[in-house]
Amino acid sequence: MNRTEKHQREPLIHITRRADIPLAKAWLIRLAAIVSALIVCSLLIVAITNYNPIEVFVKMAEGSLGSPRKLMFLLQELSMLLCISVAVTPAFKMKFWNLGAEGQVLVGGLASAACMFYAKDSIPNALLIFLMLAAGIASGMIWALIPAVFKSVWGTNESLFTLMMNYVAMQLVAFFIMVWVPNGSNVMGIINMNSQNGWLPDLFGQKYLINIIIVFILTVVMFIYLKYSKQGYEISVVGGSQNTARYIGIDVKKVIIRTMLISGAICGLAGFLLVSGTNHTISKELAGGMGFTAIMVSWLAKFNPLLMIVTSFLIVFLQRGAGEIATAFRLNTSVADIITGIIIFFIIGCEFFINYKINFRTSKERREAKQ
Amino acid sequence: MATASIELKDISKRFGRILANDKVCLTAYSGEILALLGENGSGKTTLMNMISGIYYPDEGQILINGEEAVIRSPKEAFDYGIGMIHQHFKLVDIFSAAENIVLGLNEHRRYNLKEIKARVSEIIEKYGFELDPSKKIYDMSVSEKQTVEIIKVLYRGADILILDEPTAVLTLQEIQKLFEILRRMRDDGKTIIIITHKLQEVLELSDRVTVLRKGRYIGTVDTASTSESELTEMMVGKKISLNITRTEPNNPTDRLTVSGLECIDRDGRKVIDGVSFTARSGEILGIAGIAGSGQRELLEAIAGLQHIQNGSVVYHDPKTGIDEELRGKSPIQIRELGVRLSFVPEDRLGMGLVGNMDIIDNMMLRSYKRGRSMFVERKGPKDLANTIIEQLEVVTPSAETPVRKLSGGNVQKVLVGREISASPTVLMAAYPVRGLDINSSYAIYNLLNDQKKNGASVIFVGEDLDVLVELCDRIMVIGSGRIMGILDGRTASKNEIGFLMTKSQHGGPAE
Repeated sequence: MNRTEKHQREPLIHITRRADIPLAKAWLIRLAAIVSALIVCSLLIVAITNYNPIEVFVKMAEGSLGSPRKLMFLLQELSMLLCISVAVTPAFKMKFWNLGAEGQVLVGGLASAACMFYAKDSIPNALLIFLMLAAGIASGMIWALIPAVFKSVWGTNESLFTLMMNYVAMQLVAFFIMVWVPNGSNVMGIINMNSQNGWLPDLFGQKYLINIIIVFILTVVMFIYLKYSKQGYEISVVGGSQNTARYIGIDVKKVIIRTMLISGAICGLAGFLLVSGTNHTISKELAGGMGFTAIMVSWLAKFNPLLMIVTSFLIVFLQRGAGEIATAFRLNTSVADIITGIIIFFIIGCEFFINYKINFRTSKERREAKQ
Repeated sequence: MATASIELKDISKRFGRILANDKVCLTAYSGEILALLGENGSGKTTLMNMISGIYYPDEGQILINGEEAVIRSPKEAFDYGIGMIHQHFKLVDIFSAAENIVLGLNEHRRYNLKEIKARVSEIIEKYGFELDPSKKIYDMSVSEKQTVEIIKVLYRGADILILDEPTAVLTLQEIQKLFEILRRMRDDGKTIIIITHKLQEVLELSDRVTVLRKGRYIGTVDTASTSESELTEMMVGKKISLNITRTEPNNPTDRLTVSGLECIDRDGRKVIDGVSFTARSGEILGIAGIAGSGQRELLEAIAGLQHIQNGSVVYHDPKTGIDEELRGKSPIQIRELGVRLSFVPEDRLGMGLVGNMDIIDNMMLRSYKRGRSMFVERKGPKDLANTIIEQLEVVTPSAETPVRKLSGGNVQKVLVGREISASPTVLMAAYPVRGLDINSSYAIYNLLNDQKKNGASVIFVGEDLDVLVELCDRIMVIGSGRIMGILDGRTASKNEIGFLMTKSQHGGPAE
């Protein structure tokens, strides 16, 4: 028959879903993914730059971990990314797609900077820092509250709403910089350069240690909150099925608003830490895209805050390493970005092989079938 | 005999560690209706999905009209003239019937809706369907949507039609209509395979029956020469008695009084219109009616999930003797009053359980708020989960398995188990056996009966009239949100109930 001939052959590959996979095997697949990513990167490096790929990778690792100073920078960046990732996680677990972390961090930073700018040296450092913290957290909460209320009362789309709020936050920052810097350069210098009023103090002589400690404590607290607290359980139920939540009497609106307040508060805190602990100034690029990178960190870690330490390390490590090789080998920064991209692609892609199995056509079977 | 239009030889399919089909064989000829019978999880749907190109078999051969066929996608299945009508319809709501029918068809001619409608009408006439090709899907009843799905595969020229539990969502009358159409198709030379676990339908409709059990092929028999008990035995693997024992209500007292209840839906239409009744302790009150007559809204209104426009729901506390008004209270407030009201809703995974959470966390839904600590307590729910798994024989790898991975019957056992574990004084269950196999169904009926013996007031919304008249002490028939009559379960006949069910559609409300 004509139409049977068309489909004579068994498909070369077919894909089946795995029921479950031993943990060791899953990690083996992930390891294999990283190794293959490195191989692909090596080929690319040799093809376009002719450098020894091993050298490039070593340089990359050195760039992130090479000296105590570099390590501290890495930890500082990691802690900020981790902080924002932890912030978006409760909302994501609730299936509230908060894409507005960027804006929430910005307004948090803006409020902190405003406290610094207006208070100058008029009040003691401790009081100022406390004020900045409170203002940062409060504004982050407000920025998150607005879309949460609209979502829970009128059912508006939270992704678009939070995304748009980012632009409002950016323009707000631009506006205040214009007000504060009358010379028209639109660049805010370091605030309170001399008195260092409103700067988080050094700890054991380390500049960013306070930031790092706060974020790591926060991560553990968030893990416990999501996994063991009643409110964390409510978040899972609302994320799993809003109807079931209503059925058992959970006030869904309340949970959405409460969770977004937590999410916004932590973003605001991140803004405060960036201004008070790291940058001591404010710009539109304060969050630097971390609000979006955090989404990837959170997803990769399957919304588990402790795993986010690993995933955020991975991403910061790659970013810093990529920057290092770009300068060390005088490569275009794009090459570094390509390498980062390939590695992340392999890591995300390998999840497919963890969830699915690929079956190849066995030629022996074919021969038997033909006889 | 002629060549089989479809023949399966030793088909096997494995999902992880589970062997869903183990060397299954099946043969169907043109001009016959073959019933594929088996309990839930016996691999019926998996097998059919391999014919319709959704899965690919791990082992075995498929022959179409005697030639070996390799079916890699639904598209290729269509090329072989195979069409499957799934349990869950795949239609675009805002399109009309005709538009849905041609959707995805890549015809080499101009898109001409008029011509398409004419061809659809031709099919409608040929087999005696009742459908308006211009009607939008969102205006359609479940039965009409199913008709669209059937015409969709006929339009594509299917000679082999596979229907996955087509009667599960239909009323008695609609089922009869569907059967007539299927017989007409058979007489037209089509091969029809119908997946079902309802024995009566098998006996009424099919020519031959193929039975599967736990993924294995058990046998094929001629319908004319078999019996209900033989088929049950093949299906279940042992002789079982299908009897419901109905005990006399023990000292019934009024437990729940609903009076003058009115609810409206979003469009302001009255879905519950002046319903008054009393549910008593120690009895099972059955609710019968055509799907969508207000059953869901009624139970949700009692449970505090529907806004009540008018009327009252009064609970008579058996311990204190105090009457509590439940209207205007949330489920949590109702529980805080000490009212032990349990509710098994119609849509198990959409309401009642969270599919992604494991059995333990689903047990916690009712109890997680207990205690002052801000942390949840998992020990109690874990014990409860293990007790339910053991007592109700839930088939699951462990208590830590997400419930969405369990089969329908086991999901229902988890839900019913949780709801009765609170030793309810009122137990409401909406279609608790929908989609369940014989064993699971009878297990659920027994659980309801046990609650009745414990003195709970059981409200049972059912669709199988045979079961309603066997199980219930009283049967309340509702139609269009009104009570059409309340009958004594011991004397009521199926016909009487059926008449009351459709009365509101023909001649307005009962006097």
